[in-house]
Amino acid sequence: MATTAAAQRSIRWSRYEGYLFIAPLFVGMIAFIFIPIIVSFAMSFTRWDIVTPPEFIGTRNFIQLLTSDRLFWRVLGNTFRYVLLSIPLSTTIPLVLAVLLNQKVPGVTFYRIAFFLPLVTSVVAIGLLWRWMYDSDFGLFNYILQAVGLPGQKWLSDPNLAMPAVVFATVWQGLGYNIIIYLAGLQGIPEHLYEAATIDGANDLQKFFRITVPMLTPQIFFVLVISFIGGFQSFGLIYVMTQGGPVNSTNVYVYYLWQTAIGSAKMGYASAMAWILTLIMFAATFLQVRVSRYWVHY
Amino acid sequence: MSRTLTAAPPSAAAPRWQMSLKTATRIKKAIITVILIVLSIAALFPFYWMVSGSLKTEFEAFQFPPTLYPQEPTLENYQGLTRDLPFGLFYLNTLKIAGLSVLGQLITSSLAGYAFARLDFPGKDKLFLVVLGTMMVPAITTIIPLYILVYQINWVNTHYPLIVPTMLGSAYGTFLLRQYMLSLPKELEDAARIDGCNSFQVYYKIALPLMKPALATLGLFTFMGQWNDFFGPLIFLDKLELYTVQLGANLAQGQWYTDQPRLMAGSVLITLPVLLVFLFLQRYFVRGINLTGIQG
Repeated sequence: MATTAAAQRSIRWSRYEGYLFIAPLFVGMIAFIFIPIIVSFAMSFTRWDIVTPPEFIGTRNFIQLLTSDRLFWRVLGNTFRYVLLSIPLSTTIPLVLAVLLNQKVPGVTFYRIAFFLPLVTSVVAIGLLWRWMYDSDFGLFNYILQAVGLPGQKWLSDPNLAMPAVVFATVWQGLGYNIIIYLAGLQGIPEHLYEAATIDGANDLQKFFRITVPMLTPQIFFVLVISFIGGFQSFGLIYVMTQGGPVNSTNVYVYYLWQTAIGSAKMGYASAMAWILTLIMFAATFLQVRVSRYWVHY
Repeated sequence: MSRTLTAAPPSAAAPRWQMSLKTATRIKKAIITVILIVLSIAALFPFYWMVSGSLKTEFEAFQFPPTLYPQEPTLENYQGLTRDLPFGLFYLNTLKIAGLSVLGQLITSSLAGYAFARLDFPGKDKLFLVVLGTMMVPAITTIIPLYILVYQINWVNTHYPLIVPTMLGSAYGTFLLRQYMLSLPKELEDAARIDGCNSFQVYYKIALPLMKPALATLGLFTFMGQWNDFFGPLIFLDKLELYTVQLGANLAQGQWYTDQPRLMAGSVLITLPVLLVFLFLQRYFVRGINLTGIQG
């Protein structure tokens, strides 16, 4: 091959031009993700309030969090409660809706808009809206309750009801996203499975539980994982609707973290919290993947 | 492929009450339509409540039982809100942040997505895994040092910390565009190469135009994400004149906690643009979720 030296040089150099293409992305990632991750890790072993120099205190933050911070365990419990309440609803309701929507009934665009609108709305708008609907004296929900003879509730002022109330708003918001995931999965279920079932005399309910649901387990698994990860890090809606109250009944992990970092300027302590959160996320996802091999069919 | 609902096919010795296949299917579709309509109305009703509430007078809003629609619709809530808070300024700020973010994000992510899909360079696969890996770290872990960094370089109370990180691309955007790129045929690019184009020309003249649907999707998601972002502006912005619409609406809650119609007006104001964008670009929205959802 009689390539010139220049051509050979250019062939050699073009091996590395990919790096140029990914340079902007990696500059951003190094500056705004990698370095912060390392700094955050280092910070979790210090006490720092930004204005005075940081003071190295070893693992004291972690020990304090895990042993003497009552509020930490409270918010951890609240966050688990939040996730455990919202996941069953946000995985099953969209599934049923997706199956219904898949029946090729007319007006799909209308339904799509109806279920997606909450998704494109901001947490601020949703929070304000639902706060009004939950109003103890003039809210829509108490009106409906009283119209059917049930007593009105204090909803967001009631430490026992505030969390479920927020959960309900969250589920409402997230329906559309999971519906799409399931719809895509439904498209992939082979028609002949249903036909065979029909020949065997199966009714619709049987087809749903014996064919649809098992075939959708990959999507259910995906929805479960992202719902857990997203739900655990929930912040905005609670900030707008309840500010963590009443009496910390809706104070969740990230909200407490924010209070610690921005409110109390305890950066080291907050960083330690952030890393415990990261650990929890990794562990939970790992567990879910492990368990998935028992119930997910591919 | 839809799951067809079937009833037992009619047999020769069918009892008289057994319906024909057609009727049974029609009835089932009717029932489903009714259920869907009911559920859709339930899903949409809060929005109706938001809009109708924004048009009620304060007096009427606090009637019990509440009125279904405003008896005396009024624009006074909007007028009062925009008089007391510079919402026009909030709109401009948010548009600026969202617009610049989208522009930067599209450029950066398409460059990286193209590279990961089509170019070959040492360590490509490992680097891509690293990119994906960043999606796994909770955002909150990086926010605190980010805040400190921003504080040190005097970017607090500017729009920079809200724009620049997003402008420099994201793992999500790169992932989305790479997947899309991989699904496209290589012929055009190969032809361009033979004609002597270098990689950048192939990217600019062939790949980028081909990527348009995915770019539309990414642009839509980025815009919506930035418009609706609450956490970022909350942390980095203090000065009223820099506020985004989300902060503005939340501020309204702080100032006029019980003036519900006014708060509803604020909610409508901050939702309308995104709603319009969504209505026009729905299919890109659906496609976006599918593209990453299935691979996930």
